[in-house]
Amino acid sequence: MIPLFGQAPNPIVRWEYFIDEWDQIQRALIEHLELTVYAVTLGLVVSAGLSAIALRFRRTAAPINGVTAFLYTIPSVALFGILVPYFGLSRLSAVLPLAAYTLLILVTNIVAGFNSVSPEVREAADGMGMTPARRILHVELPLAMPYIVTGLRIAVVSTVGLVTVAAIIGQGGLGRLILDGLRRAFWTPMTIGAVLSILLALALDGLILGAGKWLTPWAQRGRSAL
Amino acid sequence: MTSLNLNIEEGSIVVLIGPSGCGKTTTLRMINRLIEPTSGRIEINGKDVTHGPVAELRREIGYVIQQVGLFPHQTIAGNIATVPKMLGWEKQRVSDRIDELADLVGLEPSLLDRYPDELSGGQQQRVGVARALAADPPVLLMDEPFGAVDPIVRTRLQDELLELQARVGKTIVLVTHDIDEALKVADRIALLNVGGILEQYSPADELLAEPANQFVEEFVGEDRSVKRLQLRTVADIPFHRGPVVAATDGVATARSIMREYSSEWVGVTSQNVFLGWVHGEDLQDGLPLESAPRSVPAAQVQPGSTLRNAMQIIMTSHTSAAVIDNGGLFGGVVTLELIRASLEAETGP
Repeated sequence: MIPLFGQAPNPIVRWEYFIDEWDQIQRALIEHLELTVYAVTLGLVVSAGLSAIALRFRRTAAPINGVTAFLYTIPSVALFGILVPYFGLSRLSAVLPLAAYTLLILVTNIVAGFNSVSPEVREAADGMGMTPARRILHVELPLAMPYIVTGLRIAVVSTVGLVTVAAIIGQGGLGRLILDGLRRAFWTPMTIGAVLSILLALALDGLILGAGKWLTPWAQRGRSAL
Repeated sequence: MTSLNLNIEEGSIVVLIGPSGCGKTTTLRMINRLIEPTSGRIEINGKDVTHGPVAELRREIGYVIQQVGLFPHQTIAGNIATVPKMLGWEKQRVSDRIDELADLVGLEPSLLDRYPDELSGGQQQRVGVARALAADPPVLLMDEPFGAVDPIVRTRLQDELLELQARVGKTIVLVTHDIDEALKVADRIALLNVGGILEQYSPADELLAEPANQFVEEFVGEDRSVKRLQLRTVADIPFHRGPVVAATDGVATARSIMREYSSEWVGVTSQNVFLGWVHGEDLQDGLPLESAPRSVPAAQVQPGSTLRNAMQIIMTSHTSAAVIDNGGLFGGVVTLELIRASLEAETGP
């Protein structure tokens, strides 16, 4: 291939790469999205359970917080490596650490959300004859939703970024493009991987933000006339 | 709390009052089992409610609390519909009921689609009452329902509660720490002492007129005679015509009636409408009463005015008498002497 402008064999993006490698780019993007969704979904399910325990048995709140915070401090490169002996270079080896990283943010926000429900609202719900399950589902959960949505946004954005690191165990969606570029000192796949990762994070963040607003119409109206 | 025995008459308002630590709120919350009594029975319509499913019991008991506790994520309509929805009412029935209740508690229909945070404190409290009444429960529990609003709104909400009660006739148990509120709204007042000891359980007037002991006397305050005046209206006492004559009666009659009442003033009416007061010195033989100078306008009260209000008006009138304005017509005269005499008479209007 003849460089167009003298000594510039390695531009930031070589556009024909897009066309030639489109299949691979598309696959990487979808894989990236899948890893993110699996990891955050798993993280959310585990966090919901942990939060329920922390809220129900107050004494467990501190230990749960400690464990999730500890998981968060483990360097990602190390954590991805740890599971390979058990699950191989599989998707599971990538999803489990990614999910583990979401726990601190999600548990903290879910617990804060439920704690934000005022005691008199709870008393009114009980006093009107709501069963505990109905109160949690129809009153406390909706009121905790703004906090949960906030936590989810942070978790998703940080997970999209972390997924790229999973490339070191052969997963990692767009991360593989980046790694590929690094290995070959070839800018194009790196740039494409990084930019698409950023765009994916922004898109998912916007999506959750929108869904959150739709779910909490009451929180969108300002206080007035008091 | 030790032991407490209270019999609450159906369709009446009973107020639980007492110093902090007297267990008034605890007592209230035992009725809907937010606090489970360790022993004893609580009966509603002869049925012991301390056993059986608690959620179902609470749906049959309206509950209003001081901080209202509206659900911030639901519209006003949604808040009011809480219990009907749990009871599985049809959509149309729920929405009809919401409209009916909004009207009953005086809420603008346009507020129904708003969220609680968009309403004033007084409006929120009305929604709280509407929500409690939604499924038409026979019993309504109110825990310091007007404690969080300013005095002007509080007075209005108390008036509204009484109007509402006249229409719905619920059995209401209300907790307050405000003796004036208790005196105003209660059919009977249960005055509790620290530890849940019932010091007196009687109608408001009796509580003021015949305090059972020193604790009650101190709790209701030194001005209990004045407070009693608030419980009665002008129509409750045997007022009289006073030194008042018809314009057609003539000066001679006016003079004799003034002597009878030892009054310096004589009131003049025409076709049963009070015209004003004439001073004795301004009366002239031979001159028609109607043309005598009426130097003082009448200080007026209505038959429905409280005696306290009447007293206030009499204090500021030159003639030491308030004229009863009965829908535009002269109804009689109230004096301090009459009011004082009424307090000495037996208790109860």
